Amino acid sequence: MKHSPTYRTSWAFLLSALALLAFADIEVSTLDPWGEVGRMVLGVLTPNFIGLDELALAVVMTVAFAFLGVVLGAGAGFALAFFFHFRVIRMGCAFVRAIHELFWALIFLQVLGLNPITGVLAIAVPYAGTFAKVFSEILEEADLTPLKALPFGTSHLSAFLFARLPIVWSHLRAYSGYRMECGLRSSAVLGFVGLPTMGFHLESFFAQGQYSQAAALLFLFYGLIATLRWWLRPRLLWLYALGSLFVIYSPITLSWANIVRFFTNDILPSPLRGQSEAGIEALGRWGLDLFMEEALPGAVNTLVLTQIALVATGMVTLLWFPLVSRHFLGRGGRAVGHLFLVVIRSTPEYILAYLFLQLWGPSMLPAIVALALHNGAIIGHLVGRYSNEIELRPDAPRGLDRYGYEILPRIYGQFLAFLFYRWEVIMRETAILGILGVRTLGFYVDSAIADIRMDRMVFLIGITALLNIGVDGFSRRLRRNLRLTTTAKVN
Amino acid sequence: MTLFKLAGTHVGYHGVSVLKDITLSIDPGEKVALVGPSGAGKSTLLSTLYQQRGEGTALVPQEYALVKNLSVFHNVYMGRLNRHSALTNLLTLIHPLKKQIASVQPMLMEVGLEEKSNTPVGELSGGQQQRTAVARALYQGGDVVLADEPVSSIDPVQSRTVLNLLHSHFNTVVLAMHDIPLALDFAERLIGLRDGRVLFDRPSGGIVAEDLDDFFLST
Repeated sequence: MKHSPTYRTSWAFLLSALALLAFADIEVSTLDPWGEVGRMVLGVLTPNFIGLDELALAVVMTVAFAFLGVVLGAGAGFALAFFFHFRVIRMGCAFVRAIHELFWALIFLQVLGLNPITGVLAIAVPYAGTFAKVFSEILEEADLTPLKALPFGTSHLSAFLFARLPIVWSHLRAYSGYRMECGLRSSAVLGFVGLPTMGFHLESFFAQGQYSQAAALLFLFYGLIATLRWWLRPRLLWLYALGSLFVIYSPITLSWANIVRFFTNDILPSPLRGQSEAGIEALGRWGLDLFMEEALPGAVNTLVLTQIALVATGMVTLLWFPLVSRHFLGRGGRAVGHLFLVVIRSTPEYILAYLFLQLWGPSMLPAIVALALHNGAIIGHLVGRYSNEIELRPDAPRGLDRYGYEILPRIYGQFLAFLFYRWEVIMRETAILGILGVRTLGFYVDSAIADIRMDRMVFLIGITALLNIGVDGFSRRLRRNLRLTTTAKVN
Repeated sequence: MTLFKLAGTHVGYHGVSVLKDITLSIDPGEKVALVGPSGAGKSTLLSTLYQQRGEGTALVPQEYALVKNLSVFHNVYMGRLNRHSALTNLLTLIHPLKKQIASVQPMLMEVGLEEKSNTPVGELSGGQQQRTAVARALYQGGDVVLADEPVSSIDPVQSRTVLNLLHSHFNTVVLAMHDIPLALDFAERLIGLRDGRVLFDRPSGGIVAEDLDDFFLST
């Protein structure tokens, strides 16, 4: 019997991940990998809100950076959506969103220094690329018939305001709200590279083993995300914008000399700098060395880790989605399930990976577990919600039989679509987790920055972006070949 | 002086011809009904006419072309978007002035929707939506109206009211109709279409509905 393409693809992914796992470095290198867990659990149970004003300020900062970054990104993305039929715009957007916001932060730190603009742009630039793509899709799918009956001579702007905007408005709003949640996570993580958001404090709490303080900060963050739909009101946007500007404001002295030097000197391959005699040969050797010794091993590790994390994410998803599915749990059980998934998915994978790294030491293991938990919680939520639309016959089997025979076959296509849609997101995260010590591309980017070699940094980030665009294209082809479509936008 | 003039016109989509060798002209003041089985090319002929003379022409498309999440007021106001600046239109979109609401109200009274000014069009019945589309054309005004099955979802009594309105507000009226008795009552000239060709084009006086039965039944 010939199996379906979906079946064969699933096995191919599972087996390749298992094979790669045999070669991957997943060693636990700490002497007492579980010793710290007890103290972490204790910290979670006894959150310490002493010094609340400082914690609150970190949360407010996190919101302010997220808000300004997302608003700026949404505005730019909205404008770009009108030019999305130009190939150059499409490619530019694909490129900027292929680079993780932490990488953008690292770049802007070099150019602009440690100031608020760096934080805002680090979120706004990649988000603009994503917003442009999604907004243009929304505009494309909207009903065009109302344009037909407009009186002769109506201006383009008036036509757009009345016959286009009202139709897409609710979609634009819903997607922007969803991105605000992502923006809060991005903003929190920016603290790990020195901006005054939550990550900054979390890092020092973790480093000093102050788990009660860390727990308190995380609880504040979860509360913020859980109540997002009550406080993020369109009418209050201008208030938040002003407030955010006020909060993050600090006197900035931008050094033009620095900016100019970055673009005209720092990012030039080192053989091209200084003496003009360097020649093609030196440049070739520079490129080849960098490629063979850093880009290639980094890319291989990134791909290996991505593949394992993707399959692990899939397994976690299939395990967790019943927690929010009405076919398996009652109202009370689902409420607990929801809370659990919200907490896991609201914790940025970078923070999860950082935690596991403290426990197990540097290897691929902390990254795999962090990515699988975070992304599994996100896709599990979507798949669970999708499963709730299924109507079962009254005498349908229960328990494991119901899972295997009734639900799984019905959700499997949607599940794969969500998973492959998230593939490039997982890869972007995989690259970034290199900063924590796993030898993915981020590791080499981080070392280049530590050595103040911006030419290498830019080269390696470029490679990362291209790899990501490649995976995105592959995923899109795979989804098309397997005829998988998602009903929700997940990024 | 003629308003519309087609001479041996062909129209096709994706290589399939919908209108074949159409020759006709319509003068100001004429009341014309296009009749024929569905798929005969009535809608395509109406849009061909609209392309020929869009200025000063109001259109009532078959699918109404309403924005469902805007109110009835806003949808009717859209008939005059070209008479205001984009800024005025933006402000009206956000918060209409009393003056503007009052200017739309007479049209809503004509079609019996005066209570529905603030209701989103998506919450209206099919017939109410169609009357909103008619009100928009009335509000737009001008000399000519091109209406594609403008009373298809409206009950017989109101159908007559709506057709009367179109005839009294516009000097030249071109309607696509499938209801032959109604078309005969209102139009002065009947153009019969089938398979994209003009089968007949004559004054409606003297025709009775039964005369046209063959036209619809025979293949």
